Amino acid sequence: MVERVAIVGAGWYGYKSITPELSYREIMYEAAVRAYNDAGINPRTDVDSFITVAEDMTEGTSIFDEYTPDQMGAVLRPNETIPGDGLHGLATAYMQIMTGLFDVVVVEAHSKASNIMHPAHIVAYAMDPIYNRPLQLHPSFVAGLEMQRYCFETGTTLEQCAHVVIKNRGNAMFNPLAAHPADLALSDVLNCEPVAEPLTRLMIAPPADGAIVFVLAAEHVARSLTDTPVWIQGVGWANGSYSLENRGWVDLDYVRLAADMAYRTAGIRHPKGTLDFVEVDDSYAYKELQHLEAMGLCRPGEAGVLTEEGATAMEGDLPVNPSGGTLGCGHLLDASGSARALECVLQLRGEAGQRQLEDVTTGAALGWRGVPTTAAAMVILSNED
Amino acid sequence: MRTRRVAVVGAGMTKFVRRSLETADELSWQAAKMALDSCGLTLDEIECVASGSAPDAFDGAHMKNEYLSPGSGAWNKPHIRCYVGGGTGVMTPIHGWYHIASGLFDTCLVICEEKMSSCQPHPQGAFLTIFDHTLERPLGPNLLWIFAMEMNAYMHRYGLTKRDLAQVIVKNRGNAKHHPCALLGEDIDIEEVLASEAMAWPVQRLDVSPISDGAVALVLAAEHVAHRVTDKPVWIEGCGWSLETSYWTNRDLAYPLQVEQAARMAYDMAGITEPRKQINIAEPYDPFDYKELHHLEGLMLADKGKAPEMTALGITRRDGDLPVCPSGGLLGVGNPIAAAGLMKVAELFWQLRGEAGGRQVPGNPKRGVAQAWGDLMQVGTVIVMGIA
Amino acid sequence: MSERIKEYPGTYVKERAFSDGSVLQTWWYPKADYAWDEGVAIGRFLAGLKAGKILGITCPDCGRVLVPPRMVCEHCFAPTSNWVELPGTGYIKTFSIVIVRWDMERLEKPLIPAVIALDGTEALNATGGLMHLLGEIEPKPEAVRIGMRVEPVWLPARKRTGAITDIQYFRPIKEG
Repeated sequence: MVERVAIVGAGWYGYKSITPELSYREIMYEAAVRAYNDAGINPRTDVDSFITVAEDMTEGTSIFDEYTPDQMGAVLRPNETIPGDGLHGLATAYMQIMTGLFDVVVVEAHSKASNIMHPAHIVAYAMDPIYNRPLQLHPSFVAGLEMQRYCFETGTTLEQCAHVVIKNRGNAMFNPLAAHPADLALSDVLNCEPVAEPLTRLMIAPPADGAIVFVLAAEHVARSLTDTPVWIQGVGWANGSYSLENRGWVDLDYVRLAADMAYRTAGIRHPKGTLDFVEVDDSYAYKELQHLEAMGLCRPGEAGVLTEEGATAMEGDLPVNPSGGTLGCGHLLDASGSARALECVLQLRGEAGQRQLEDVTTGAALGWRGVPTTAAAMVILSNED
Repeated sequence: MRTRRVAVVGAGMTKFVRRSLETADELSWQAAKMALDSCGLTLDEIECVASGSAPDAFDGAHMKNEYLSPGSGAWNKPHIRCYVGGGTGVMTPIHGWYHIASGLFDTCLVICEEKMSSCQPHPQGAFLTIFDHTLERPLGPNLLWIFAMEMNAYMHRYGLTKRDLAQVIVKNRGNAKHHPCALLGEDIDIEEVLASEAMAWPVQRLDVSPISDGAVALVLAAEHVAHRVTDKPVWIEGCGWSLETSYWTNRDLAYPLQVEQAARMAYDMAGITEPRKQINIAEPYDPFDYKELHHLEGLMLADKGKAPEMTALGITRRDGDLPVCPSGGLLGVGNPIAAAGLMKVAELFWQLRGEAGGRQVPGNPKRGVAQAWGDLMQVGTVIVMGIA
Repeated sequence: MSERIKEYPGTYVKERAFSDGSVLQTWWYPKADYAWDEGVAIGRFLAGLKAGKILGITCPDCGRVLVPPRMVCEHCFAPTSNWVELPGTGYIKTFSIVIVRWDMERLEKPLIPAVIALDGTEALNATGGLMHLLGEIEPKPEAVRIGMRVEPVWLPARKRTGAITDIQYFRPIKEG
């Protein structure tokens, strides 16, 4: 059996609000070339399997899998498309390597959100066709419902949610990859247009285009490819209740299950004491708080307080979303999870430039597939030998 | 390096019907429940779900696997969907295989569902958008175009006639008579096939498998669990998959090279060096008659251009030397895309255990291969299964 | 199949049950519109079409001229460069004669889609090529041949917009 799996190469393109200069094939190619160069591999000979994370409806093409191999150097090689978050893709690659039959696996994810003319309609298409879609509501209403209940039960305030926006878009100012850095004030966030109350426009992550490619390798190969392997210490993922009518709105069981599985596979008993920083989905600002609580990193209602106090700032005890998160980097659709993992990789390699955190050994990335899903995936990464 | 052994221990499927009353989610549940009941396991004992389904446009739901997750048994469980077009039905058990072979899980529910009928006015509409959005869609292509062009290229290369191909329809529909879930099990005259109306020359109406709704599920288990659950586990011995270029106009369409690549990968893993001797049953993907032949050649079970001759000699009949599609295939049972491929894997499961009833291949078959294909004629997925 | 299974689920419903209302349905029309960025390779190709030219791009490693053009050769994984204008003529690699529309309704006039292998792109075991329609030819299997030489018929320059339909169709090259 394989001992460990590492990320040995990473490449990206973007992230930007629009990318009219390149087609989706070309942004995938850009990210792939950088990743392969980083890992020092030739995809035509050195890679055992390729995974793309994509959904037909976001690409505007049925069976998008058809269009993945060429620009990845993957023609006539094992290729698979996973309709899921980038972290589901990483988990799949991890499983393939752990079988012992695949040494090097590539994971690709991208977003051409700017090419989708009516994004809310696409998200609405994911809702239950019989019970929910006929209401013809903007899908953010689901997040609005959840935020309302979450704040009500945990005592989290609107101001605390707004602080997440300020922190993350502020962090993004130090991230050259980020598409939406901004220096915001509390009143900006609280007083701008409501979208699905209590959500305001600035509490929702704006979209961005980009592509991210990772090269993963089994330990014995990883060591020959790089001096700075980033180990995938743990993985976990879970689905909750698809039905809006039957789900819990406050305690996210599926996040807790994903996190528990990740901690268990990583051998981590005290996550709060072990994780140096985390990158969690914050596509709606309150989600950062709700996710931190579901991951067991603080008690219900505590995340908002910790944010206000600065405990999750870059200089704080547990930096959350040093990259700027989805709010600051931009919502890369299903590639968002990859963006969270990419930040972990950069931080753990000491390549995070101005936003480099000191003395980090273990980080975690949590992705969520967005409204109306209850699908989450988590990866724990470490640079310790 | 020895990799963890994984077996199929249970299987279930719904009837394949043209239009089902059940919703997509209900079809999934029916197949999943049947698979669990077939091996006496409960959902609690399933540690993860590996699902597969083809275009979201059929069921009319974006992020289709989320919509299907309740019926797929994925509530509060790890669930990842794989999607490689028509190849999905055989990719999904491979996807389930590495869930367990990785050591992360001991049991896995593999489920494939397709409800094509919800796509109106015709499910073919979902295939309009598989073509390149800039260079192809403006010309108004539909799925029949590419099947017809590939069929033409194959026929032209080897000088084949429609009669050479139509014998597959007769065989498979006949085999399907003994499949309890089949849509088109019947004795059909080859002349009827040859006389059917042209749709996209050389494709005629009876060359094609029917659009259907249906779901199939398998239960996979790690070795130590498999032995507790059943005395006849069917082992997944080899897996292979390969994807050709999206620039299909540049390719040689007369031979499915990616099927050969996938087959080599699976045969290597299974330790098969002489497939024609070591494989007892083949279930290649047969959405059209010529595809069974095309794929037999890609699987290296027939020489290039020689599969029609092999069929004419009766070698691929259920009582022949190499039974091909004893299930009745897509042509006889039905073609709910992802579920159709998994139906072939379920068929191997039942055949190798001697549970295929009226379809049983005689002589105690020990090893079978199932294959699926799809995308823009690009993907090949192959699985080899064997019984002790 | 397996002694325990006696009944197979799945209920067949006839089309009539939907039209006579005995089975209820909900309908949804997705607003799925996209504006795809064409990027460098296809962008240039479309500009070429507008100018009445079929362009290809060369792989420096294997020497293939690639149509449709792409920024990377998928065989070599090498970046392509060196644009080439092709004569536009070629031969039929495969074709079909289509009588029905995608929803199975009969077409007024049969269509003849074909894969055209373009002159100047033959290399290794492949050719550059495009899918397009054939015109000025009888829609009968006897009239169309694999290997038949064809040439593009363009829209008049003022009607071209930089799309694959700037080529109206390919027609047989008249010998002599």
